[in-house]
Amino acid sequence: MSTEQISGIEKKGASAATYVDERVHSNSWFSRNLNKVFPDHWSFMLGEIALYSFVVVLLSGVYLTLFYKPSVVEVIYDGPYIPLKGVTISEAYDSALAISFEVRGGLLMRQIHHWSALFFVVAIAVHMFRVFFTGAFRKPRELNWVVGMTLALMALAAGFTGYSLPDDLLSGTGLRIIEGIILAIPVIGTWASFLVFGGEFPGVDIISRLYGIHILLVPGIIVGLITVHLMMVWTQKHTQFPGPGRTDKNVVGYPLMPVYMAKAGGFFFLIFGLITIIAGIVQINPIWIFGPYTPDQVSAGTQPDWYIGWLDGALRLMPNIEWIIFDYTISLNVLIPTVVLPGLIVTAAIIYPWLEAWATGDKREHHVLDRPRNAPTRTALGVMAIVFYVILWVGGGNDIIAVGFDLSINFMIWFLRFALIILPALAFIITKRICLSLQRRDRDKLLHGRETGRILRLPTGEFIEVHAPVNEEERAVLESKPDDKPLPEPPESDSAGVRNPKYKSGRRAAGLSRFLYRDTIEKPTEAEIHHGDEAIEAEDDFEAPLLEREESMHVAHDGSVLAKPAVDAPETTSDNGDGGSEQS
Amino acid sequence: MSDEITGTEPGQEVAPSDGDTKALRPGEWPPADVEHHLRRTDTDPKAQARAVRQVATMFMLSAVMVVLFIVAFIAIPRDAVVSIPFIGPISALNSAMGLTFGLAIFLIGAGAVHWAKKLMSNVEVVQERHPMKSTEDETELAADIYEVGKEQSTWAKFPIIRRTMLAAMALVPIPFIVSLRDLWIQPADVGTPSAELRRTIWEPGMRLVTDITYQPIKADEIPTGGLVNAVPENLREVEEDDHNLNARAKAAVIVVRMLPEEIQSQQSPEGTDWGYEGILCFSKICTHVGCPISLYQQRTHLLLCPCHQSTFDLSDSAEVVFGPAYRRMPQLPIEVDDEGYLVAVSDFPEPVGPSFWEISRP
Repeated sequence: MSTEQISGIEKKGASAATYVDERVHSNSWFSRNLNKVFPDHWSFMLGEIALYSFVVVLLSGVYLTLFYKPSVVEVIYDGPYIPLKGVTISEAYDSALAISFEVRGGLLMRQIHHWSALFFVVAIAVHMFRVFFTGAFRKPRELNWVVGMTLALMALAAGFTGYSLPDDLLSGTGLRIIEGIILAIPVIGTWASFLVFGGEFPGVDIISRLYGIHILLVPGIIVGLITVHLMMVWTQKHTQFPGPGRTDKNVVGYPLMPVYMAKAGGFFFLIFGLITIIAGIVQINPIWIFGPYTPDQVSAGTQPDWYIGWLDGALRLMPNIEWIIFDYTISLNVLIPTVVLPGLIVTAAIIYPWLEAWATGDKREHHVLDRPRNAPTRTALGVMAIVFYVILWVGGGNDIIAVGFDLSINFMIWFLRFALIILPALAFIITKRICLSLQRRDRDKLLHGRETGRILRLPTGEFIEVHAPVNEEERAVLESKPDDKPLPEPPESDSAGVRNPKYKSGRRAAGLSRFLYRDTIEKPTEAEIHHGDEAIEAEDDFEAPLLEREESMHVAHDGSVLAKPAVDAPETTSDNGDGGSEQS
Repeated sequence: MSDEITGTEPGQEVAPSDGDTKALRPGEWPPADVEHHLRRTDTDPKAQARAVRQVATMFMLSAVMVVLFIVAFIAIPRDAVVSIPFIGPISALNSAMGLTFGLAIFLIGAGAVHWAKKLMSNVEVVQERHPMKSTEDETELAADIYEVGKEQSTWAKFPIIRRTMLAAMALVPIPFIVSLRDLWIQPADVGTPSAELRRTIWEPGMRLVTDITYQPIKADEIPTGGLVNAVPENLREVEEDDHNLNARAKAAVIVVRMLPEEIQSQQSPEGTDWGYEGILCFSKICTHVGCPISLYQQRTHLLLCPCHQSTFDLSDSAEVVFGPAYRRMPQLPIEVDDEGYLVAVSDFPEPVGPSFWEISRP
């Protein structure tokens, strides 16, 4: 820019940049990063939503700490909420009520905090599905997948510890169940429970302990992990969906400055604003209705936040098995649904990228995403997991459903117990079939082009349908299908008869590989596609004289055919393939 | 870098790329090899002017919302209520603040995104990626540095240092873990955790009182089919002394009355009665994970936990008939005192609440 166009503020900015640069070498970083390219796709905003809701959680949370008192010292309620007047309650609950009724903006901030926490967890979950189904976790992003999983777990920890702080009836009931789970841990459970609660349940320590964890430990870990998460995204550059010109060696999109500064920066305000509006008009967790916590009361139909609901459902569906071995009790009815099951699921999710890499033997970097249909077994596994989760979640609300639909609760539980085993398997099979069908359609499109719906009768009497070639963009997407083949069985011994030491693990890898990649629809070869293109051209040749004739006429709305002026006839023939001229 | 900023050319008029190759400015990426669609704002100056107006209006409205927020904060009383269609009556102050503040934030975002979509360049560009793997040279150099450092450190030379240091590092977190021991300071008069979990404050002759108003309960006040939530009479003092709800969390009971002939069995030894004329008393704390239970169906004598739907048959020793709980609900032996009030004969013979590791130990 020539000097006269630099405004005074810009001059000051430039000298400030120089000042900083001379001290921290920042301009070098800007020169490499200010115009970093990010690809565009709506699903890439899911992670952003998570990030921005977390910022909103932090901001509203800091506000709440100014008013909340993490203490169970008993006070007599003397606030504006009439139904609780004169009731003995904890200071924690008292301050939560004061935030809700007395502090102007307090209720809004409480509801912003709760809503943004829900947005946070939902966005993480959906973001994780996006990453899973598109194979974005593959090399080089396996480590970031683990960071993301840890973040998801931390989000749950933040949610649960926060849920317990208002010390209302709901939060206390949640804690009671946690105590029951801790007690069920073999060998150390009883002592662990006493240490966690500072003695017997509920004790006087748990609220202040959870408070420290909720406002310091967990958010500290989350902030640290988010930093690592984003630094890795930054270094590795974002993945992109297949499209023309997009390869594993480039990234196609818009530069950070200015487009993504405006779009992503603006998106933060959109999310923050949306959460604030929702918090203004949609009530969430009305703690005053439930009353203070006492361990001998509970209200029927109470529900945990949605992300804990599946564990509650697992607790409900588990048959009542308890082992007593040498006078020691192992409560499998509690341990399996709340410790073993989530442990297995989280472990499976964490190691999945390495399992897949092992089964492909693939060491390449992947930056172009898979279309879910092109990884049918992975997609089916993901859908299976979602169905499994949803059934447990429904189990967590089975009482509400039973009341709402006038069903027997016993029937519900037995139905869900069977459904938990049958439906995920069914979902696996159906999803895989759907993926393969979509692959078949893709193959047809690549081979024969798009069906136009225009039928021609040839002079020989034969009827054909005219196909149009797929456009360049679609073709690039269709051709992105990877050529995954199952690994071959490893040789048992080499040519000299020496036993292959890796035979066993090789066989296992080959087995997993067959499971993942056995079923696929072959991508057509170049020659086949070329042959198909020729067929499409031949169809066009058949149709061309007709189109020309049509062009030379003008069909009025009432169907009468008028002669068309010959002047503008010739130019349109080439892009007339999209239909619209069938009426003649 | 500053050269690069000032080195770019002056012309900044909107010049939509029409596909022909033109020299890239420093800091500009080559356009991607995809069709570039011109927007109306690229071709129609009127549309462009309209978009500019829209963006500026959104930013301006945001500022207006801030003013309205302050007005609402001052003017609307805390207890005013408005009714919003489909949502119902809610706090007027809260919704006004939420809407004005929310819109103030939202409009900034909407303006920025609109600006980006309508007016900023929408030419897709390409940036090259570089493999994550460092070059051979870099890796080799790192290895060399490591080797030099290792040698200079004498790490490999003196294994005794290496081993003792690793051992010390492994042990050093222990004090922190040990310090966690006093998360629970065991009072002098309190036993081990498992002993504490077995004990409640019920004792022989202790009156049953209602759980909120602490009224003693007369046997003939309970109708057949009725249910009363009760606690021990001394609970109030214990709670005031202890400043906590621990005793209540174990001692809460339910008292039910059924026809004596409906009682199939009790937890008492063969031939004895732990109830009184069909009045039976059971722990209220579920043996599954500790939720308090009071959903009672008088016709079937079934007790259902609202948390996880464990179901107990109170007419048959409170055995589990459905759901995830394994142990029956412990029965509290009761009788009536001289004045006709219900009293406990003893503490619970079986531990109440959720199972734990040592619960079946003698």
